Amino acid sequence: MSRRIIGPFNRVEGDLEVSLDIHEGVVREAKVNASLYRGFEHILKGRPALDALSITPRICGICSVSQSVAASAAVADALGIKPEPNGVIATNLVHAAENLADHLTHFYLFFMPDFARPVYDGKAWFADAQRRFAANAGTGAKAWLEARARLLHVTGILAGKWPHTLAIQPGGLTQSPDDGALMRLRSVLADVRIFMEETLFGQPLERIAELDNRAAWDAAVENGHAAHADFAVFGAAARDLDLESLGRAYPRFMSFGAYHSEGGALFAPGTVEAGELAALDPASFSEDPSHAWLMGGVAHPLEGDTLPYADREGAYSWCKAPRAANQPMEVGAVARQLVAGQPLIRELIGDGAANVFARIVGRLVESARIVLAMERWVVELRSDAPMCAENGTVQEGVGTGLVEAARGSLGHWLRMEKGQIQHYQIIAPTTWNFSPRDGGGVPGPLEKALEGTVVGEDDATPATVQHIVRSFDPCMVCTVH
Amino acid sequence: MRFPLLPHPVSFFSGGWRVRFRNGLKAAVKGKHVTFNILWLQAGSCGGCTMSAITAEDRGMLAALKAFGVNVLWHPALSVETGQEALAILDNVLSGDVVLDALCVEGSVMRGPAGTGKFQMMSGTDRSMAAWISDLAAVARYVVAVGTCSSFGGIPMAGGNHTDACGLQYEGEAPGGLLGRDFVSKGGLPVINVSGCAPHPDWITETLSLLATVGLGPDQLDVSGRPRFFADHLAHHGCSRNEYYEFKASASRVSLLGCLMEHLGCKATQAVGDCNLRSWNGSQGGCPDAGYPCIACTSPEFETPKGAFQETTKRAGIPVGLPVDMPKAWFMALAALSKSATPKRVQTNASSERVIVPPAREGDER
Repeated sequence: MSRRIIGPFNRVEGDLEVSLDIHEGVVREAKVNASLYRGFEHILKGRPALDALSITPRICGICSVSQSVAASAAVADALGIKPEPNGVIATNLVHAAENLADHLTHFYLFFMPDFARPVYDGKAWFADAQRRFAANAGTGAKAWLEARARLLHVTGILAGKWPHTLAIQPGGLTQSPDDGALMRLRSVLADVRIFMEETLFGQPLERIAELDNRAAWDAAVENGHAAHADFAVFGAAARDLDLESLGRAYPRFMSFGAYHSEGGALFAPGTVEAGELAALDPASFSEDPSHAWLMGGVAHPLEGDTLPYADREGAYSWCKAPRAANQPMEVGAVARQLVAGQPLIRELIGDGAANVFARIVGRLVESARIVLAMERWVVELRSDAPMCAENGTVQEGVGTGLVEAARGSLGHWLRMEKGQIQHYQIIAPTTWNFSPRDGGGVPGPLEKALEGTVVGEDDATPATVQHIVRSFDPCMVCTVH
Repeated sequence: MRFPLLPHPVSFFSGGWRVRFRNGLKAAVKGKHVTFNILWLQAGSCGGCTMSAITAEDRGMLAALKAFGVNVLWHPALSVETGQEALAILDNVLSGDVVLDALCVEGSVMRGPAGTGKFQMMSGTDRSMAAWISDLAAVARYVVAVGTCSSFGGIPMAGGNHTDACGLQYEGEAPGGLLGRDFVSKGGLPVINVSGCAPHPDWITETLSLLATVGLGPDQLDVSGRPRFFADHLAHHGCSRNEYYEFKASASRVSLLGCLMEHLGCKATQAVGDCNLRSWNGSQGGCPDAGYPCIACTSPEFETPKGAFQETTKRAGIPVGLPVDMPKAWFMALAALSKSATPKRVQTNASSERVIVPPAREGDER
């Protein structure tokens, strides 16, 4: 038995250290350490209610809009504010732009560069992977960064500044687009579609969005290959390396539902356990700090606190262990699409766990679906309807904001008294996925996914481990808010 | 799109600097320049400065800096190397085998708990990020604080600063921080503070391009160590709500078109930055243009405003924070005068989300 510690684990957002106990070249046990503490929940205490909108986006630079949307929803819930429907459409557009940017940034900059590593020299797809995805040099990454800047014009046009906008408020959105702005938005989305159809997929977005079984996926990869599209390299590598056998966590998934509006959510909320769909039950949530450098015991986020205690025995992370009905949950695009009933993802997961392949496919399919939704919303968005409702005069209340960030379920829980924040707790997506063990010793999803991974005897940074860790698209800065 | 090889206004450069700048630019164009090595670390950060940087010039920081010979030794989000491979790069820099031209740090330095730095250990090592930064800063030609956190401490300092966060050379307004008030890097400069939460991507790329070509002199930095090419402006300059400001036609809540200074906490007349003179992600201006106040994110201690972020703190009905260098009495007199002269159009539109009364001369038929 030997122990291998991998860190700094890069191409993830923030600080991560993975410790592996290895026996005969196979991971027997993994421990995931989120190695930074910043204390946002403490910072928020005693502040005026709306200060949450300035502070919480700064938890995370890559999903700051998700934090804004969750904070606004929690404040609106606590103070009984009903947002303007037109403002909600605009907010969903901004949120979708950020989530799409995150998905494809993960694909091009964080995940795929590992397939351009020398360890894969000699593979049929290697030269192609290197040309397109080599870190800081690949043609795909270059094309994506240009398309990404263009896509983020959606945030500029509707929210002024990204990251860290203050445009998203409990009552809606502060920017009122005029007719010209609506056309600029359409123009941006047209360019995004061109990039995704010509460079990423090599085929119409509708085709990717509607993939409904494995044979259809294989055919799409073939089409992509013929069109010299970037995603075909992933398809080839995934088949060759059998990424489907890698990184299996628990057969338990959760989604808070994404892009809520008056008509419901674009992607429905719920849980799936061993293939069975069930309703979401936020009352069953708890956070367990048994293995975190934090004080206290198991508690619901409306009750629990976050107080550092660097000498806690048995602790190995700054991250608490969140549980739903005492169970760890996997969250993210694959969970969201599974809960929402996307047929290909349903087939890939069945009644089992997710894996490296399914997580990436979930993100790619969702990316196509997001663009189609944005194209509809931009037509619905009006240049003559109210954008932002007044906040009213309520000073007390308890509120919950449940949204889906790119990486999965994000929840804000707060209690307000006399217009001030008395209590604020956040559970971020990667807190679920990269949870440490709970009091019962049950590992978090990534820890579980790493168990049994073949790593070889002497590779300091095994490619398999990197694929598994990055397949979750971790956001450590959110984790350790 | 801006021509990528021309950094922003250079008019304040003295003659000598201008010549050196031009020569540096020529060298960059001809490819005669030597490589300029940068190393980027994320201290107690949200990663937002990197996210901003990769939207630079509509194609990302690395592409934008390529023409200036900038070579990234390692970046935690962008480089291929992980774990031991990454640590080997840091070791080579510390041993002097690889020249480090600029150490870029994003995020606050976490000194707690109790001075141990355990709130942020560099993953894979038993050392705090604070210790790594101190050592690397000692061998770097220049040290660049990217964002308000590494410049002044930023958001993690709010709420009593229980993580003992600080900037590289400041702790809020006070000089000091991790490296101390007297720190000067090998290249002869204090820490260069590209503040902003997040900073405009071009502030980052233009600062690094300047360092890689002609360098920056101490007189190119303002009193808080910020490059003057953006810090010589106020965020107010170029605000699209300018007319509402002139007539003190104020918005009563965010999203309305009126000026955000009187009631909604806008600090654009006090905060430095050419925010409203640049495009942010394709928008025409920054925060106030999108309907919400400037919260002075380029300033030390912006994280701890006197009141709420979205509310103007007043004493006897008068805003506490008035434009930086304007005599208070004059401001009050002019405000009263302009309020009494506000056109109906400006007054009406100020309390609406959209223009209700368009500009028209008296007597024009609609």
